[in-house]
Amino acid sequence: MPTTVTVNGTRHDVDLPGDVPLLWVLRDELGLTGTKYGCGVAACGACTVQIDGEAVRSCQVALADVWGAVTTIEGLGRPGALSALQQAWQDHQVAQCGYCQSGQIMQAAALLETTPAPTDAEIDEAMQGNLCRCGTYPRIRAAIHSAAQMIKEG
Amino acid sequence: MSRLGKITRRSFLIGSVALVGGVAFGVYAVSRPAPNPLDPAEGGATLNPFVLINPDGITLIAPKAEMGQGIHTTWAALIAEELDVALDQVRVLHGPPAAAYYNSVVLAEALPDKGYDRSDMAHALGEQLGKIGKLLDLQITGGSTSVPDGYDRMRAAGASARETLKQAAAERLQIDRARLRTEAGAVIAPDGSRLAYTDLAVAAAGLDPIEAPLRPKSDWRLLGRTQPRVDMLAKITGTATFSIDVRRPGMKFAALRRNPHLGGRMIRFDDSAARAMPGVDRVINLDDGFAVVASNTWLAMQAADAVEVEWGGAPHPATPEAIFGKIAEAFDGRANSTLRDDGDVSAPPLGTEEISAEYHLPYLAHATMEPMNATALYSGIKLEIWSGNQLPLIIRNACAQAVGLKPEAVELHTTLMGGGFGRRAEPDFSVYAARVAREIADTPVQLTWSREEDMSHDYYRPGAIARYRGGVKDGRAVMIDGQIAAQGATPQAMGRWLGLPIAGPDKSTVDGAYNQPYAIPNYRIRGYLADLDLPVGFWRSVGASFNGVAFDWFLDELAHAAKADPLAFRLAAMGDTYAPARQVLEAVRDLSGWDGPRAANTGRGVGFCYCFGVPCATVIEVAEADGEVSIPRAWIAADVGTALDPGNLEQQFTGALAYGLSAACFEEITFTDGAADQLNFPDYEALRISTMPEVSLRILENQPHIAGAGEPGTPPAMAALGNALFDLTGTRPRRLPLMHDFPLKI
Repeated sequence: MPTTVTVNGTRHDVDLPGDVPLLWVLRDELGLTGTKYGCGVAACGACTVQIDGEAVRSCQVALADVWGAVTTIEGLGRPGALSALQQAWQDHQVAQCGYCQSGQIMQAAALLETTPAPTDAEIDEAMQGNLCRCGTYPRIRAAIHSAAQMIKEG
Repeated sequence: MSRLGKITRRSFLIGSVALVGGVAFGVYAVSRPAPNPLDPAEGGATLNPFVLINPDGITLIAPKAEMGQGIHTTWAALIAEELDVALDQVRVLHGPPAAAYYNSVVLAEALPDKGYDRSDMAHALGEQLGKIGKLLDLQITGGSTSVPDGYDRMRAAGASARETLKQAAAERLQIDRARLRTEAGAVIAPDGSRLAYTDLAVAAAGLDPIEAPLRPKSDWRLLGRTQPRVDMLAKITGTATFSIDVRRPGMKFAALRRNPHLGGRMIRFDDSAARAMPGVDRVINLDDGFAVVASNTWLAMQAADAVEVEWGGAPHPATPEAIFGKIAEAFDGRANSTLRDDGDVSAPPLGTEEISAEYHLPYLAHATMEPMNATALYSGIKLEIWSGNQLPLIIRNACAQAVGLKPEAVELHTTLMGGGFGRRAEPDFSVYAARVAREIADTPVQLTWSREEDMSHDYYRPGAIARYRGGVKDGRAVMIDGQIAAQGATPQAMGRWLGLPIAGPDKSTVDGAYNQPYAIPNYRIRGYLADLDLPVGFWRSVGASFNGVAFDWFLDELAHAAKADPLAFRLAAMGDTYAPARQVLEAVRDLSGWDGPRAANTGRGVGFCYCFGVPCATVIEVAEADGEVSIPRAWIAADVGTALDPGNLEQQFTGALAYGLSAACFEEITFTDGAADQLNFPDYEALRISTMPEVSLRILENQPHIAGAGEPGTPPAMAALGNALFDLTGTRPRRLPLMHDFPLKI
């Protein structure tokens, strides 16, 4: 029996075993490839999406256990209609290879939901599960501060 | 990429024969013009195309692997600077594999001279070697060569295109070309009217390309200034297509499993349970492993786990200790190289205080964020393959051979890369995808390696042992005598890529040690090749990634023996050898406030390395609190000759530092029974945002030759960290990773 999941506001009936991780449902079934596979063991954060606003590692959430509405990077903003965080990422030219950045941005978005003006220590705490092998961390930090300011100023 | 294919078929001009509606430019002093890759049907063209214009717009070809280093942006800026187009006006594509896109400088990097003292004659020799590079199909992105490779050639391509378009406009307007100027993709007539390049392309196509002198630096509009990256928007909206994101109609997903005991056989396997699992189509025997084809990647990986398989043993020493024992044995044999032998290390001056030390540097995995993968479609007469790779021609040829087709029957699309670091120069991940595709003809299939498969089947940075003895007298270095033993990465890789046996001195084993700009009067470096056959390859900064550490750590030990300040000691040892090297050390001294007061419970170390044509010096500060050591700050100074994009240089040097510090702190691959003991990030930790230092950078432009920035920042960061830990703790680092001997914050 198909499982129904809501992703970026759209309902999908997915005919897959319930133990398939959400990551692979998104990527291989729904064609939402912005969410990345990095480690499969929740150690790198590349697969981070939000479920009801909470940042989760989609490689660890089974399809049958998806408890709410899923938001992926594609649902956060688009070229031409960037979210504040994506705009800050653009302004600070954060990405190098870019592979981890979807996960970084989704994690940062969840941080700003709960902590609108995070300190450096709060950023460290929230973002340390998201690995970047290119070392873009200083710009990630700066972009999060900028986005927080942007949101505050409306 | 398919877009380029369409443009190509529809609209190119080859030589002076106009096809429909487009033109390709580019004329360079190449002794044997390579076929124009943009229309393989037309061989022997006289043009090397990097600029494509058709009625839809302007496309610049940047045939370099974009693995995060920003080369598509910088390469396009080189062309655009002379062509007079804005970067947001053009499309930048990688283009097809082609000899025309050969790397003109990578073989010059292989010259066994010191680099910083390269004579004009040696530079000319390097250029000649570049032409051989074309013959060897070395369209490679690596060795920090893209910027020096493209610096003159791409500006020339842009200038030639511009002048030829102006000539077409001059003929249309019946006026002299000198009276025209160009701006933002158009030729401007004396009366101010604009003729768009897109409208002039066909006419320009009929003209002989015109060569033009390059503009002086003082006229640059784009170069020398930070440019917004052409790939940024896609990468922050999840719309960039890495090879793992390629989706084709009817596509299947596959998982690969190979013998973890590297080089061992697959004795037998039983796939009956796997074949019964949901979504599984096929289990394919690949002789040295198997692939599972399924309806999604996870189902394929699960089924691969369910295959019962018996693996044969590996032909390598059984323990990490035995492997390093084998490396140490190399010292007992003949030296492979003595690339430096100044003075007489057997007779240091009377009164010299001698010390010695031995350093152990581990094997390392690349651990790109995007695991190895490729997508392939085989039709029986044709193979199409999508792969993020650094070596397209050789990889195309290897795929062709693997499926029994001619190279011309293989179409390779080079995608964006989720990290390369040298790993994606290897053909293996593309070849395995091609072999799986051959078994399921007419079905596109994406073969993704699990992280575990990726980490356990790398071409590793070789493990190395460095033995140094040296001496100081009157506060100065008077002798350094180094011996380095490691597997030779270059001989193994060249054999793998080109089928060429490589003999003679292997520079990669001693790079970063023999060619340092120090005037130490008695200075000898010998390299020894270890008799091991673990798979090894090129890892960001290659030989300098271990030599840049051990050599510099030993200098630091010498400075301590001489009771000298470590930075002043290095400056004194450099003497007048190479002014740009002195200047980066002085710059990092000033930038970091080296001579100023230090906070309590902190330590500082300096590291210096000259590699890939760049002198780079780094200062690291470490701080101890609650029994843990963190790395709060780092300062870098480097001389790249000409800084094309300051913002991108900051990213490259910061990234190179992070990559080096990650390895220095936490990373090693050890092998038990020939199998990697580390399989995923929990076993192979890296710097996180919480452990990353704040970085300050100063770029200098004192040296005469432009140089690339991808690698030179890695070795001195690793070296400086070890030296800072000594400053803090009084304990000398003698091996990596440092977490074994120091309580580093994770």
